[in-house]
Formats: sequence, C-alpha cells, structure tokens
Amino acid sequence: MLTDLITLRETEPEDIRLLLDTAQSFKEILRRPVKKVPTLRGRQVVTLFYEASTRTRVSFENAAKIMSADTTSVAAATSSVQKGESLLDTVRNLRAMQVDCLVMRHPQSGSAHLVAQALDIPVVNAGDGMHEHPTQALLDMLTIRQHKGRLEGLTVAIVGDIAHSRVARSNLWGLTKMGAKVRFVAPATLLPRDVHRLPVEVYTDLRAGLEGADVVMALRLQQERMERGLLPSLREYAQRWGVSAKALEVTKPDCIVMHPGPMNRGVEITDDVADSGRSVILEQVTNGVAVRMAVLYHLLGGEASA
Amino acid sequence: MRTIFRSAHVCDPSQGIDRVADVVVDEGKVLAIVEDSTPYNVGSCEVIDCSGLVLTPGLIDLHVHLREPGYEYKEDVQSGTASAVAGGFSAVCCMPNTDPPLDEPSVIRGLLKRAEEVGVARVYPIAAITKGLQPEGLTEMASLKEAGAVAVTDDAYPLQSAEVLRWGMEYALQLHLPVLTHCEDKSLTKDACMNEGLTATIMGLRGMPAVAEEIQVARNCLMSLYTGCHVHILHVSTAGAVQIIRWAKERGAPVTAETCPHYFALTDEACLGYNTNAKMNPPLRTQEDCDAIVAGLLEGTIDAIATDHAPHAKHEKAQEFALAPFGIVGLETAFAVSYTELVSTGRMSLSALVEKMSCQPARILGLPGGTLKPGTPADVALFDLECKWKVRAHAFRSKSRNTPFEGWELLGKPVLTMVGGRIVYREG
Repeated sequence: MLTDLITLRETEPEDIRLLLDTAQSFKEILRRPVKKVPTLRGRQVVTLFYEASTRTRVSFENAAKIMSADTTSVAAATSSVQKGESLLDTVRNLRAMQVDCLVMRHPQSGSAHLVAQALDIPVVNAGDGMHEHPTQALLDMLTIRQHKGRLEGLTVAIVGDIAHSRVARSNLWGLTKMGAKVRFVAPATLLPRDVHRLPVEVYTDLRAGLEGADVVMALRLQQERMERGLLPSLREYAQRWGVSAKALEVTKPDCIVMHPGPMNRGVEITDDVADSGRSVILEQVTNGVAVRMAVLYHLLGGEASA
Repeated sequence: MRTIFRSAHVCDPSQGIDRVADVVVDEGKVLAIVEDSTPYNVGSCEVIDCSGLVLTPGLIDLHVHLREPGYEYKEDVQSGTASAVAGGFSAVCCMPNTDPPLDEPSVIRGLLKRAEEVGVARVYPIAAITKGLQPEGLTEMASLKEAGAVAVTDDAYPLQSAEVLRWGMEYALQLHLPVLTHCEDKSLTKDACMNEGLTATIMGLRGMPAVAEEIQVARNCLMSLYTGCHVHILHVSTAGAVQIIRWAKERGAPVTAETCPHYFALTDEACLGYNTNAKMNPPLRTQEDCDAIVAGLLEGTIDAIATDHAPHAKHEKAQEFALAPFGIVGLETAFAVSYTELVSTGRMSLSALVEKMSCQPARILGLPGGTLKPGTPADVALFDLECKWKVRAHAFRSKSRNTPFEGWELLGKPVLTMVGGRIVYREG
C-alpha cells in the first residue's frame, strides 16, 4: 500500500507495476475531448516547488485537474521561504490548511523524505536534489513499455551526468526492479564514487556503452559542471558523449531515444536525433501526465471513490 | 571531609593498579589506596560501598565544544560540564570556535571564570591558532597561554596554507604549546556533507573523500617532523590516516592522535534516511575504517578517545541533510559506547580503555589528572559495568539531543563522578 512516493529504491516492484498499469489505463482519458473525471473531486493538492520546472509542475497540476482535484501552486521564490522560513515550518503550515497531498521539488537530496516523515498526508517527490525523481522514471518506464511491450530483459543505456542526476538514480532502481539491465555511460568525472557497486554496468566509452542497447536515454548536462572543472569543454563532451546518429549505429536497430528535458541541443543530444523517428521525447511528456494521475489516484485512495 | 570508596575494583593504569581495593579521599586529594580502609574511617567520613563497581581516574575529554560564549542556546559551561560529569568526565578541553572565538586572553579568562563559578568539571580552554579562526594571522599565543590556554588549534577551520601552519607550529613550539589540527583539504570537500562512497551515491549527497583527511594528516605529520612541534591529530576517522600516523610515529615525530567513539561504532550507513544526527565532520566512514581505527587504538597509534561533543539545537538538525550543521553530542555516551564496542567484545582491556580516556589525554596536553596517585587531586569516576541501559537523549544533561545512539542498549554506566574530592555527579 503506497502512502508516499519518495523513492523507487524503496518502492516494491508490484507497486511500480500497479502504477504503470493504472497510468496506461488513464491514457485513454487524455485522448478524450473533455478531459475531466470526478475521481478526486474535493481533494486539495499543493505543488511546492523550490526549483524551476515547467514540465513536472504543469504535468502534476494537469494530472490533478483532470481528476477534478483542486490545486494550489507554491513557488519558493514568491513564498515565505524568502523570509527564511524552514522547510518543515512551511509544509506544516500548508498541512494546517487541510491540504490532502503535497507534491514537492527541492534542490536538497532527502528533502521529500524529511517532509514525508513530518506530515500525515501523502507526499510525492517531484525531484529532490541529486537523489531521486520517481515519477520521471515511471513515465520513462511507461514509454519504454509502450514501445517495447515489456521492460524485462531490455538494455537501457543512460548517458551523461550520472553523478548529479536524480533521473539516473530513479531509473536505475525502477528499471532493475522490473527486470531491465541498466548501463551508465559517462565521462569518469561525472560518475559518482562507488558506482560500480550499484546493480549497473558502467562505461566511459560511448560506443561500448551503446552497443546493442534497446533504449538510449540522454541526460541534461549543466553548464555548472564545466565551471566546477569536471569537464574540459562542451565541445569535447558533445564529441565524445553526445548522442548522435553516428553514435546510435551500434544500438539495436529499433532502439528508441529518450531525454527527460530540458534538452541542450548540440550538447548531450544532436538536433537530428532529438527530432528523429527514434525520438520518443514528446511521448514521455504525455505519459508524464498519465503517470502523475496514477500516482495521485493511488495515494489519495482513489480506489475507494472510483 | 573524608570519603572512602570501599571495595571498588580500582583500575588506574598510571600506577598499574587493577584490583579490588579501598580508595581514601581526604581534603580534596587521594590519600591512600589500601586493602582495608578501616583505620582511615575516623571522624566525619562518607563511606561509599563500591562492591561490583569500577573506580578509575576521572575521564578527560580532549575535544569538547562548550559553545560558550555565543551559542548558549546549544550548550553553555554549566550544561556542558554537567553533561561531562554525568559521563564520567572530570575535565574537558574546550574548543575555540565560539563567538567571540577563544583567540584573546580576555575571552579565555572570562571562560575560566565562568567554569570556576559553575564549578562542575575542570575546564581547559584550547585557543585558536589564528585570530578569528581565519586562514592566517597567528594569535598571541604567549598571552593566551598565560591566560590559561593549554593548546592551540584550527578545529572546524582547518588551515589550508602549509605556510601558516608552519609558522604557527614554530611559534607554538617555543611556548611548549601543542598544536591540535583538524585535518581536511577543503578543496576536496566543497559542499560535501557525508563520507564519499556508495551510501552518498545512493543518497545523492556530495561526499567528503577519505583522502581529503589523509592529505592533511600526512602534511601535518611531515610538518611535525620538520619543526619538532607536538602535533595532535584530532578526530581520526580513516584507515589511511592511521597508517600515516603510524609511519610518522615510527620516524620519531612528536605526533599524538585521538579518535571518537562514533568512528569505530558507526559507519556512513547510519546516515541512511537522511539522519542528521549521524552527520559530523569528519564524517562516518566504512567498516574497514572502523576496524582500522580499533587496530590503531590497540597498537597505540591512536593515543586517546575524545568525544568531539558538538551540541546543536533541535531546529538546526531538523533540516535538509546538507543544510544541517555538522556534529553530535557525545559526553554522556562516550564511555558506554567505547566499553560496549571495545571492552565487552573482548577487543580491548578495561585498563587500556581507561588509558585512552583518562591517562593519555592528561599526558598529551600535560594536564593534572589521569591518575589516582596519593597526593594528587581526587578526580574520580565510578562505573557500573554490568548495568545495561538504553540511551534516551531527552534525559541528557546537555542542552542538546543530537546523538546517533538514541535507543542503543549499552553496557557500562557512570554512577558517580568526583572532582577535587567533591562529588559532582551521582546517579539517581
């Protein structure tokens, strides 16, 4: 029984399967001309974002609205956070307004865990620092499953800034729990310490890492990595680790290409790949809404009222 | 007023005593350690039956943050020394990262005056090595020593410049002041909040690599060899640091070292669940490091066990892991954690533990205490080694509750502490 969604590392495989199956069934609602079901009518969902986001925030809000929940969006930049209010005080105040569910994004790893421990309502982690981004991994898995019909036995190569990526971590746990093989492909300076001790194959060479892959997922490279001296230049990164048509020659012929967004075209992914027939990047976004509907549905006890 | 501790298991490694005896205290000093104290039982005399209890020289903690002046909401001299004596410590050495810092004689004098007024445990101030604990600019060490400082340190603000360290050591040496160093190459620990390794990778937290500590341990040991200044390495946490210190000692460097109970009792996995009460600097490491720390204690490479007692208020620790301050309290758990982990497991003898927590700390900083020799001030601790107790932070004398040992079942409870012949703590 799901009470919060904080990590996929600590989510049972059967719950992951349940969320994916539910999301799959909800996709039909998204195709209707009138996208509204009464499932979560009267429930209050707050999205609390301490970091910039377009996709994730809108996706959660739309998911809630489609299910008739009321949504309030709090951006840290315009809230009492600016006056130095602590995270726990902020969320306790929101809770005191009889909110039913909190969706939060925060730059600090573990922040969602901290909040979930303090609140008696469902908390959804919409990304905490470099830790996890479980709904992103769920929508990635849903997208892969739609294209491949399964997750088990697939080889998924995640390419880029593994060290700082919550998307990589959530996908690692989610995909391996569903029976897929995960590869991390990155320059050595973007691999976290002891990564080899995780259930993953690690490559610093792009060609070797992509060989025979069913899915290639490129991660966003942040300019900040250059400033910290982890990489010599964007140019060398794009040449050696950028996902290009040439790099994809060694994958399975039906390999799909994914990206969690926002993309740096010409850095971690080339234009032609991003816009090619193999790219499923916009489908990921659509699936994001369905996945978040499924998450809210299960966390808010939709079953009873469905 | 005379006090007789009757039928105690007296463990005083400084005199090679490890047997049942009576200890007679008179006029604030140890008068005698005898088989039968009956002849001493005259006049007004308190007799304390100690059968089944262990009596040792009062423990001495080389590394305590009393937080006064400036951070009295975390701890002050009164609560910190009360916490100390409740843990069997009769003396604490306090670190200078206060506000204002202990970088001027007047602040040292003020602190000592407070300690005298409060009068619980003995307090030995350690002065800052640089003014304002800044990267450079030596403090007036001669005046600080005159005011009562027993050593100088860069604790919490590790000197990054080898040159500043060098002149600091040369200057301290002429005054016979030991230099206590916090070893951390800050360029390798920027924004980091726990040990670098698998656990940090899973948790998505920036890690402090062991090598960041070891680089400075090596540098400071080499500088000790070069200048001849006594360097005391604070809170050793890595296997590599133990090896480097062993190497330096073999070459005759005047180096001493301490570790803390958490560095052999816990690994970085204690941070899982974003437990900020397992966050300190240096961070908890791996099992391999814990084992090497124990080996280092046994062979004498690590001379002492200190607490690095670092109180923080509840609201400061109830934060996002990376934002919470470093440090844990330790005075009221140090003996029991060490006894449980080292002695009750058969890895270390009781007298070796008393050596690490009392005799050696006294020797390292040249402090009185660490012995029950007749004629010396009666600083005494009494322990019930059979007592199994559960750590309950809310019952601490300290103002703060930030312990990673909450709920642990430990063996060995301090039951009485005496400072200068005066009973300053008695259980129950």
